[in-house]
Amino acid sequence: MIAKMTKGDRIIMLVDYVFVMLVIIITLYPLLYVFSSSLSSPHAVVRGEVWLFPKQFTLDSYMRVFANKAIWNSYLNTIWYVVVGTIVHIIMTTLTAYPLSRKKFWGRNLIMMLLVFTMYFDGGLIPRYLLVRDLGLINRRWAVILPLAINTYNLILMRTFFEGIPEELHEAARIDGSKDFGIFFRIVLPLSKPVLAVMVLFYSVARWNGYFEALIYLTKEKLYPLQLILRSILIELESGSMTGDVNADSDAVVGQTVRYATIVVATVPILCVYPFMQKYFVKGVMIGAIKG
Amino acid sequence: MNLVRNANPDIVIGEEKNRTALQTVLHHLWKDKILWVMILPGLVYYIIFHYLPLYGVIVAFQNYSPFRGMLGGPWVGFRWFKEFFDSIFFERVMVNTILLNVYRIIFFFPAPIILALMINEIQHNKFKRLAQSISYMPHFVSQVVIVGMVVNFLSPSSGIINHIIKAIGLQPIHFMVKAEWFRTIYVSSEIWQEVGWCSIIYLAALSNIDPQLYEAAKVDGAGRLRQIWHITLPGITITIIILLLLNMGKMLTIGYQKIILLYNPSIYETADVINTYVYRRGILSGDYSFATAVGLFQSSINFILLVIFNKISRRVNEVSLW
Repeated sequence: MIAKMTKGDRIIMLVDYVFVMLVIIITLYPLLYVFSSSLSSPHAVVRGEVWLFPKQFTLDSYMRVFANKAIWNSYLNTIWYVVVGTIVHIIMTTLTAYPLSRKKFWGRNLIMMLLVFTMYFDGGLIPRYLLVRDLGLINRRWAVILPLAINTYNLILMRTFFEGIPEELHEAARIDGSKDFGIFFRIVLPLSKPVLAVMVLFYSVARWNGYFEALIYLTKEKLYPLQLILRSILIELESGSMTGDVNADSDAVVGQTVRYATIVVATVPILCVYPFMQKYFVKGVMIGAIKG
Repeated sequence: MNLVRNANPDIVIGEEKNRTALQTVLHHLWKDKILWVMILPGLVYYIIFHYLPLYGVIVAFQNYSPFRGMLGGPWVGFRWFKEFFDSIFFERVMVNTILLNVYRIIFFFPAPIILALMINEIQHNKFKRLAQSISYMPHFVSQVVIVGMVVNFLSPSSGIINHIIKAIGLQPIHFMVKAEWFRTIYVSSEIWQEVGWCSIIYLAALSNIDPQLYEAAKVDGAGRLRQIWHITLPGITITIIILLLLNMGKMLTIGYQKIILLYNPSIYETADVINTYVYRRGILSGDYSFATAVGLFQSSINFILLVIFNKISRRVNEVSLW
């Protein structure tokens, strides 16, 4: 096959491969840099001596990260938000999608229209904030869970999937005496495992990385998810030090490597899960694409 | 649902047809009662978190005070809207919102397409899969971390970008406080994070192109570039158009969450978009009525844009967003 290519084609092929290699390098390099810097001494990083591999290897930055209680606490908070949020989301979405998928369900089209409408028109940030406040949810964990309980897009996906389950299965179950909920629980749900898996995956990642709801609804640091703590460490440049650490080295110098170590600590879980996720999310994007 | 009474009372129709509307509704509810119980939590959720805030926009026409709540404020009509349109901020946020989107469409939108085309040409399957896997990775990194990386890389004293600049012999640049760099920083980081992920759809579309078309072209003597021009690109044109429309519909709500992380007062003149302005005036400053009015303005235009682009999209190959 390669022998049959013209010279022009071969040049194009070469350019193509080089380009893709460049993309790989540009994608990986920042991550590698962060990792290497986190293992280097602060002075080496600040002086620009670190390019690819750690210089003046030290685990000091990580020690400081692990010593920071705020990080541990927010890590646990994030796990809580992700687990509870995903469970709530799955339950709410499937329970709502199932009736909407039954053709005999009176009001199905009207309700669907009303729900889809919410994707197009939003009350806005402020009314939602005022509402959450009036519900007494400010500085409560549920403020981060409830407003995002159902994602209309996922709802449509679920409904479409449920609609695709053959009517014969429903009939057979009904003959055996099952009622609506029984059919839902014992037949439809088990069949939905692939879609549910994709949804759990995407939603969990979104919740792990999410921070905006916590940003506006929470002011007590002990409730903060990891991302908010990260924000104050990584982005609030003026406060370059870990809390309470008065050090002979200027805090700004130490800050840089500690920040990189914090990034590593926050991102490693996702990257670890990443290889397992691979087979799911291409499928997930395709399901989304068909609908979109 | 039969609201028609018999014109001629001598004609008797079956009992069931003589129900009132209410009775019909109750009949349906009772028939599917289990389904209604199932859907109830979801409905409650939508009413509380999506429809109540819709009512809450009434705050935009009042002088809201926390003590009086949503119903108590004095009516001020369009005063806040006028204030917004007359203020110096109006032009700034509108221009920034539009320009940022323009940058995005010009620079960010084509990138995944190009990447998909490139990856598609790779013959070695292992290399192809590796390239894809690696390109998806940044999508899973959180925005806070991405911005954190950007901020630290661009640091004037210790950031790697400035190390490179100094190595070339130039003066270090304090990127994060210079307004003219914002759009570049925003779009570049967006590309780095999302180009791989967005290429998935295009790669899928590319794999749907009939290989026989390529064979036929090869027989006709077409080189690879010509094949791409005449076969590949037309094959994914529909996908491109639909995605473009989808992106344009989302114009006004452009990633303000990322901008909030990325910006600071020194660069408001290019970084401040409609939603970040709403966030500052509303959540941070407590100007609830004013911020709600601006938000309502944004939602209305957003709605119109979505409807327009949806209609256009529907004409394109009868695929729509609904």
